[in-house]
Amino acid sequence: MKRNGIYFWIGAALFLAGAMLMTQVIGNQYPFFACYVILQFIVLAVAWSILGGYAGYVNFGTSAFFGVGVYTAVFLFKATGVPLAVQIAAAAAVGALMGFALGLLTLRMQGIFFSIATIAATIIIETAITNWRYVGGASGIQLQRPAVMAPFDNYVEMLFFVQAVMVVLAVAISRYIQNSWIGRGLQALKDDELAAECTGVPTLRLKLTACVISGALMCAAGAPAAMYLQYADPASAFNLNYSVSALAMSLIGGTAHWAGPVIGAILLGVTQQLLTVTISSEVNVLVLGVMLVLFVVAAPEGIIGLIRKVRSKRNEGEG
Amino acid sequence: MAPETQAPLLRISALTKRFGGFTALDNVSVDIPPGQRFGLIGPNGSGKTTLINCISGAFRTEPGTVTFRDEDITRLPPHIRTRRGIARSFQIPRPFRSMTVAENLMVGLDFAADTSVIVSEAHRREAMMSILTRMGLASKANVSATKLSQVELRKMELARAMATHPKLLISDEAMAGLSSSEVDEVLDLLMSLADQDITIIMIEHIMQAVMRFSERVMCLEAGKIIAIGTPDEVMSNQRVQEAYLGT
Repeated sequence: MKRNGIYFWIGAALFLAGAMLMTQVIGNQYPFFACYVILQFIVLAVAWSILGGYAGYVNFGTSAFFGVGVYTAVFLFKATGVPLAVQIAAAAAVGALMGFALGLLTLRMQGIFFSIATIAATIIIETAITNWRYVGGASGIQLQRPAVMAPFDNYVEMLFFVQAVMVVLAVAISRYIQNSWIGRGLQALKDDELAAECTGVPTLRLKLTACVISGALMCAAGAPAAMYLQYADPASAFNLNYSVSALAMSLIGGTAHWAGPVIGAILLGVTQQLLTVTISSEVNVLVLGVMLVLFVVAAPEGIIGLIRKVRSKRNEGEG
Repeated sequence: MAPETQAPLLRISALTKRFGGFTALDNVSVDIPPGQRFGLIGPNGSGKTTLINCISGAFRTEPGTVTFRDEDITRLPPHIRTRRGIARSFQIPRPFRSMTVAENLMVGLDFAADTSVIVSEAHRREAMMSILTRMGLASKANVSATKLSQVELRKMELARAMATHPKLLISDEAMAGLSSSEVDEVLDLLMSLADQDITIIMIEHIMQAVMRFSERVMCLEAGKIIAIGTPDEVMSNQRVQEAYLGT
């Protein structure tokens, strides 16, 4: 366990060093544009699976959290011009509050009812933002990027690195939850909430914890998006595509292990980027759907499940 | 250790539970002294499971209080009650299906174990294995909970309950649907647990098991206590016979 931890942090450090090196070496802007989106989806998928995977509460409201993250940043930037780090931290705080509210919802709603409620919440929040003139309303808002900071010579490169840091943060949190008593408690309540409660698991507290962390990460992931596009509008910030992608990436990767959503997000994110460039941005939605159907039918436990199955078969063969 | 002078471990006073217009429990009061093997019987729908849901906290009750070890626990959520020492098994087994037998027990040890005895991970594993050994499930430790037979599942439920370090164990029809040799097996297990100062409430339809096990028996009918006393007294009670056999 300890050695695993060391490997994990070495891997994380190498990943960040690699990202930093990329910003210093590569001159072309496109890789950063593309990789930023993939990194963003890793954060969203990992955050989604903390609630949807570990606790089994399927949240269709990823786009609500993402959009609120975007608009928290937009509002703060327009009102005060605070730096990006503050925008992200504020978005995380707002996301945590939203997550708390979502967690209270689990008291009364489970299964499909919870999922439907999250879709409803998304629509309500989007409608509210659409009617908020200060942040641009339905027509959206143009944003002027501020000057870029020291080691980076381009704003997108900086955003790319910031998102890479968030990936490490999200994965580290998810991994910690999985390996700790929180993870065991969430797994128990996912299997059977009443039995978990009667075995001493504080189900409500754990669900609230999962919702708060998941919500904070999703909102934080959305905060830099406004600066990335230099533009924000409700229809794209609250696009259902974020919800579907985060869910699909987690399920395709497998929710039983923290690495699942990472694998799923990289696989689907890269595919989407390739398709967007080579065919069209509409086809990637279709491909997402087809892949999700294929995995649900052929490998319901996702890629992680496939790997485990192969491993256990090999072990049986040896034993 | 005269039972008259001893404070009850569990005191249920004037408990009433209604579901809409239906009264499942009607003004039920009973004291259970520590260490007693208590049998709870009654025809289907008489309120037995409702009563234990009220004791374990799955249902909230309005009129009435539940007192455990001199503490009013009426308003406490189930997981706190579990930590106070009330454990239960379920009528239809509810294992954590994604886990192995060992992991099922570890949930109890992680969240409700006696922290004065069990502090480290090694302690927890040791405690887990000792419970499994006692329950005769040691060989199944690393088997998925979905792969267990019915009797193993029942035993695992009791083992998981034991992992929470209970002072009161409620067994909700742990023997339903088992063969007679399996019934004896589970009964012996419950007897051996009762010998270790665990108070046990056993709900059961199998009369021989109730008669053999219980020191005191209570019979519910339509949410009311119709008889309480030694097994022989209750069995010879006119109303109990009517409730079970009809008039």
